[in-house]
Amino acid sequence: MSEYIELKNVTYNYPLTKRPSLDSVNCHFEEGKVYGIIGENASGKTTLCNLVRGLIPFFYNGELEGEVLIDGKDVREWDEAELSVKIGYVFQNPFTQISGVKDTVFEEVGIGIENLGMPKEEMIQKIIEVCRLLKIEELIQKNPLELSGGQCQRVSFASIIAMDSKIIVIDEPTSQLDPEGTKDVFEIIQLLKEAHKTIILVEHKVDLIAKYCDEVVVMSKGTVVMQGSTHEVLSSDRLFEYGAPIPQAAILGHRMTEAGKRLDRIPITNEEAVELIRKRGGNEVWQSN
Amino acid sequence: MAIELKDVSFSYPNGYLANEHLNLTINQGEKVGIIGQNGAGKTTAVKLMNRLNKPTEGDVIIDGINTKDKTTAQIAKYVGYVFQNPDDQIFNQTVKDEVRYMLKKSRMDPKLIKEKSDRALELTGLIDSKRKNPFDLPLPTRKFLTIAAVIATDPKYIILDEPTAGLDIRGIEVLEKLMDTLTAEGMGVITITHDMEFVARNFDRIVVMAHKNIIMDSTAQEVFARNDIIEDARIKKPEIALIAEVLGIREEILFVDELVDLLP
Repeated sequence: MSEYIELKNVTYNYPLTKRPSLDSVNCHFEEGKVYGIIGENASGKTTLCNLVRGLIPFFYNGELEGEVLIDGKDVREWDEAELSVKIGYVFQNPFTQISGVKDTVFEEVGIGIENLGMPKEEMIQKIIEVCRLLKIEELIQKNPLELSGGQCQRVSFASIIAMDSKIIVIDEPTSQLDPEGTKDVFEIIQLLKEAHKTIILVEHKVDLIAKYCDEVVVMSKGTVVMQGSTHEVLSSDRLFEYGAPIPQAAILGHRMTEAGKRLDRIPITNEEAVELIRKRGGNEVWQSN
Repeated sequence: MAIELKDVSFSYPNGYLANEHLNLTINQGEKVGIIGQNGAGKTTAVKLMNRLNKPTEGDVIIDGINTKDKTTAQIAKYVGYVFQNPDDQIFNQTVKDEVRYMLKKSRMDPKLIKEKSDRALELTGLIDSKRKNPFDLPLPTRKFLTIAAVIATDPKYIILDEPTAGLDIRGIEVLEKLMDTLTAEGMGVITITHDMEFVARNFDRIVVMAHKNIIMDSTAQEVFARNDIIEDARIKKPEIALIAEVLGIREEILFVDELVDLLP
């Protein structure tokens, strides 16, 4: 399996800051996998995204040490424009992403591909296709600045998906969304996964990370403290120590252990919890009530 | 003492009807969670409470006073609103100035300004960030700053629009403690949220909105027991409730410890 992105001993300070935002970070992202990045606030998740996406060092200056290899080539050697097509970035605050120069959602969704010089007919087809995928067809004539938080988030997602990047970095896409909108976003992530995109997703809703991600990276105080398969990481009680979010199913598993009612393993999804509780037996206790 | 919405409807200038015949009373010292899908009319409804939205029909009564002839600025002393997006609210160069801005405008005694703003920063965990530029702070911290700026003004009621968005576990703990402190002091706390674990843990009273109106107003236990309401409002039960349901447990379980106790 080819290493798509690799960070080797990376330390980074934003300009005029004394403490590094990233401190000796080592991690890797392989092609076609979905990665969930979790950790407490200010643990370096967004900075890691900025780095992978090339916003560091191209937009933010600051001091960067160590190696950031993208397809084997250091980020500092990449052409900025080329990198921005290869790696798409959905911002944390959707209002930051909306360009403010387009009058309709339709044009906003097309802003990236327009800049790539895509032929007009092809561009229109692409925009329609993406708007359908993200269920924002009804919004296409609206002004992007008039949208609600949730709608805005979908539009910013759409403009990135239209670019067809190989790697998509997504910073908390669901923070403004209701459960249904959240489910839609994760369905899109699933579709992107099926299209062999590499996805790097920062997300607090760990119950959904448990369901959709292949691997999880845990950050704490500017560094990567855990990286491994989703099950291995999310079932670990070390997450408590790092202030990282823990799936409700895993909390249930840990509490069962503390109460002397240990399950075969710590579950990370509801389905797994149900299966393990059933397997443990004694269900007749409540079913007879 | 209460905020009362009496048969209130609201249409946007473009004619879009966002709330229809709302009736709701929220008392001082009450902690109320408002839930419902995006577009259900939650934010529009709470903005009616402080006249950021002016009702097209009906009356909004605050502590017995009809707000019809009052300005938004007059109402802001009673009902503080914390925006969903902190960047819609912040404009000062330092955390300290942001929190003190409204107090200075009201020409309060400087000693009192310091006292009130420091307390607000203390409650929101920002006291050590006084000299920082708000825009150098991460989004969740900026959110706490906007909460601090509103509580410094000592409103009778505070509206928090999606305060948990983007918060980590520690941030949510600070928020929960803050809401408890405020309600204990008699402030009414009205919170819009999509986080159902947070809802189950914190609110004695939950208002469910759908189709521009209120479809249920009750306790968490009762709301989450109603599958028809859950479906109609397109909300989701807390994860533990979903696990308990699949296991065939008839009791309404909302918390991990309840389920652990019940399991053999």
